[in-house]
Amino acid sequence: MRAFAALLDRLSLTASRNAKLRLIRDHLADTPDPDRGWALAALTGALTFTAAKPAMIRRAVEARVDPELFRLSYDYVGDLAETVALIWPARHGANREPDLSEVIDALTQAKRGEVQGLLEGWLDALDADGRWALLKLVTGGLRVGVSARLAWQAAADFGGVEVPDIQEVWHAQSPPYADLLAWLDGRAERPSADAHGRFRPVMLAQPIDEAEMERLDPAAYAAEWKWDGIRVQAVSEGGVKRLYSRTGEDISPTFPDVLAALIHEGVIDGELLVLREGQVGSFGDLQQRLNRKTADARVMAAHPAGIRAYDLLASDGVDLRKLTFAERRARLEVLIVSLASDRIDLSPIQPFDTWDALAALRAAPPEGDPQAAEGLMLKRLDSVYEAGRPKGPWFKWKKDPHLVDAVLMYAQRGHGKRSSFYSDFTFGVWTGDVDGSHALTPVGKAYFGFTDEELKQLDKFVRDNTVERFGPVRSVKASREFGLVLEVAFEGLQRSKRHKSGVAMRFPRISRIRWDKPAKEADELATLEGMLDRAERGS
Amino acid sequence: MPLPADPRPSRRFDSILRPTPDGLWCPGGAFFIDPPRPVDRAVITHGHADHARAGHGAVLATPETLAIMGERYGHDFAGHAQPLAYGERVMVGDVELSLAPAGHVLGSAQATVRQNGLSITASGDYKRRRDPTCAPFEPVPSDVFITEATFGLPVFRHPPDSHEIARLLRSVQQFPERAHLVGAYALGKAQRVIRLLREAGYDETIYVHGALERLNRLYEHFGVMLGPLAPATGSKADFAGRIIIAPPSALADRWSRRFPDPVTAFASGWMSVRARARQRGVELPLVLSDHADWDELTETLTQLSPQEVWITHGRDDALRRWAELNGLKARALHLVGYEDEDDD
Repeated sequence: MRAFAALLDRLSLTASRNAKLRLIRDHLADTPDPDRGWALAALTGALTFTAAKPAMIRRAVEARVDPELFRLSYDYVGDLAETVALIWPARHGANREPDLSEVIDALTQAKRGEVQGLLEGWLDALDADGRWALLKLVTGGLRVGVSARLAWQAAADFGGVEVPDIQEVWHAQSPPYADLLAWLDGRAERPSADAHGRFRPVMLAQPIDEAEMERLDPAAYAAEWKWDGIRVQAVSEGGVKRLYSRTGEDISPTFPDVLAALIHEGVIDGELLVLREGQVGSFGDLQQRLNRKTADARVMAAHPAGIRAYDLLASDGVDLRKLTFAERRARLEVLIVSLASDRIDLSPIQPFDTWDALAALRAAPPEGDPQAAEGLMLKRLDSVYEAGRPKGPWFKWKKDPHLVDAVLMYAQRGHGKRSSFYSDFTFGVWTGDVDGSHALTPVGKAYFGFTDEELKQLDKFVRDNTVERFGPVRSVKASREFGLVLEVAFEGLQRSKRHKSGVAMRFPRISRIRWDKPAKEADELATLEGMLDRAERGS
Repeated sequence: MPLPADPRPSRRFDSILRPTPDGLWCPGGAFFIDPPRPVDRAVITHGHADHARAGHGAVLATPETLAIMGERYGHDFAGHAQPLAYGERVMVGDVELSLAPAGHVLGSAQATVRQNGLSITASGDYKRRRDPTCAPFEPVPSDVFITEATFGLPVFRHPPDSHEIARLLRSVQQFPERAHLVGAYALGKAQRVIRLLREAGYDETIYVHGALERLNRLYEHFGVMLGPLAPATGSKADFAGRIIIAPPSALADRWSRRFPDPVTAFASGWMSVRARARQRGVELPLVLSDHADWDELTETLTQLSPQEVWITHGRDDALRRWAELNGLKARALHLVGYEDEDDD
């Protein structure tokens, strides 16, 4: 438990991806089985405990600590698990410190009434870091900024293999992953991937632009719209039905409506979208369904999800990934027609002869769904399905980003390499009142898009023009007469209740610093609202 | 839960020592203890800037504290400076005064005032755990014990120093291409971190920010040997895998850009609370404090069992609550002007 606690402690304050990978990799190298496997399970979200509720933890601590002292402490710390971890009165020599695997075994087998006693015994035996890790684990939210994908990458680094090698077998293994880790140690063969319902590592596309396309033969490629949803893999094999994200996270519980439509025998690759009578909803529409553990009937009715299919990886027990795209596509079309489902439709192929013709299509998509697309996909007709992002067979050709001129309002210090730089920038656009006065309203935050040299200039501007400081954040001088204009590029806009401006940007980044442009000539919120209205009419 | 009857402190000790807006005033000796503004006569418990200010008419303190004040403010920091060694007793006006080690930083002292058979000890800032850079706290039985309460909440339980230093050294080993930049207050904390590293067997050169150099030399002059140190100047590549100690304010300063992808560490008692670490952008919090934690505060009060406990600054609400529950008379003095060097 001590090593796991130390790992979580470090991860919780580490921002850099590479540093996180190192911490997890070293943990897998230094910690014996089965604890390292349980740690991997915890980090990938494969463990869920529901027996321990916050109220139970609160009762336990209030029985041991004066309630007034507890209240003062909780007010100060602000987080229940952390307050309890710090305040829990130690009982020296009370118990031996438990291993992570002991905790997990005991919790898995415990009857409801036994959980509180177990927890108290462990809290007595652990130090503050150990208590914090225990409470995070049993209340089911580690929240240390590690995705399943990142944990797999660390495991791949540790074993000297590629992430798809791990993803391919992952869902056929179960915690604490003894066989998988033995393979990564180099002590055993790669374990079997042969399980119904498993995830197949996905094939990704490289970005491309017009100049590069000139070198390609248009006759060798098929084109289709790049849909603005999330990539999913829908598996239905031998009665096992699963919906995976493109990183292999099992999102089935969030989409029971989609799962129910999986009546085929095989593996479909496609885009998860909101589908209403064959029309796709906006990404904002889909977001109402994402990041929920489960879906209730009301939300499902308001935002019905479905799949726009574009590939078929397996069918009737046969792996199709070695076939060409053209062959897989032909089988996919037959399958989708036979399903006749309103939850699963086909992403149509867009015929074209020349790259110029395709460019014209991309610049002026026809009425309907294509207007909501992010651009076009190009897939070589003779390409096999290859995990990862191979160069050549698949390309994504995105629409040009939207641009807006905004004014820098706040800057926040970065992390790691950037900890001495103000590198996260919040920017705003003008809102006008009837009386002619103008104010800035924040519309987004960007922390990339600039060069190291530009970062130095931005940092200097922030330091020289600070108005106020709030912890790591500074507000900078920004008025009609004086302010720094940033040209911000972004992929799309959504309505947002959480933002004062009512809009939220997708992938905003700073495309140019407009040192030359007067602040009062930056864009107005009405410009963004207009974009939003046009986008919504289009779809 | 019924509370014990409020053990209201009396004012019978106020003729010996009492709180005023200018600090603790001793009428019999006509001096203030740690006054926040210049006064005629001051007794100074330790060299941190909020306790030891320049410009007093006369200052009485330990020789180490006087040397620290001289280093910080120049040798004319007061009209007259009188050294008093630990354990010696001296008459000041009508009171007898003595100093005992407080275990806070080099030269830190508790001041005990005795008059008419009654005694009051003002402990200044203190801690109870071992510190290789200063003399350990000595309990002085007194009628009144005046305590700080910087970490006077039961969530503050500082782990063993060796545990925190081991975390730092482990990180240096794990990230050999990065610099480890440790924020530590210039007086006391910085030298303690260096000494603790030496005790843990780390004998590499430790790089230090310019603001620490004079105090480091002073510590060495008083026999606290710090091992090989060097100024933190050079090119990025020189600092990979190195430990650099700097005042906390330098961590987010442009100064820190000379280091390769630094792991930002901060040695402070506040670092046990994650939100505090996150707020400052600290990646490796080191819970190392020169103040007593909750257990040290409550164990000290239990051990001394004075007739009254006075609390100068910090979380007096929680410590008073504890005193009530444990049958001790406690009074909050609400002295202003004391900051917390841990928070810098």
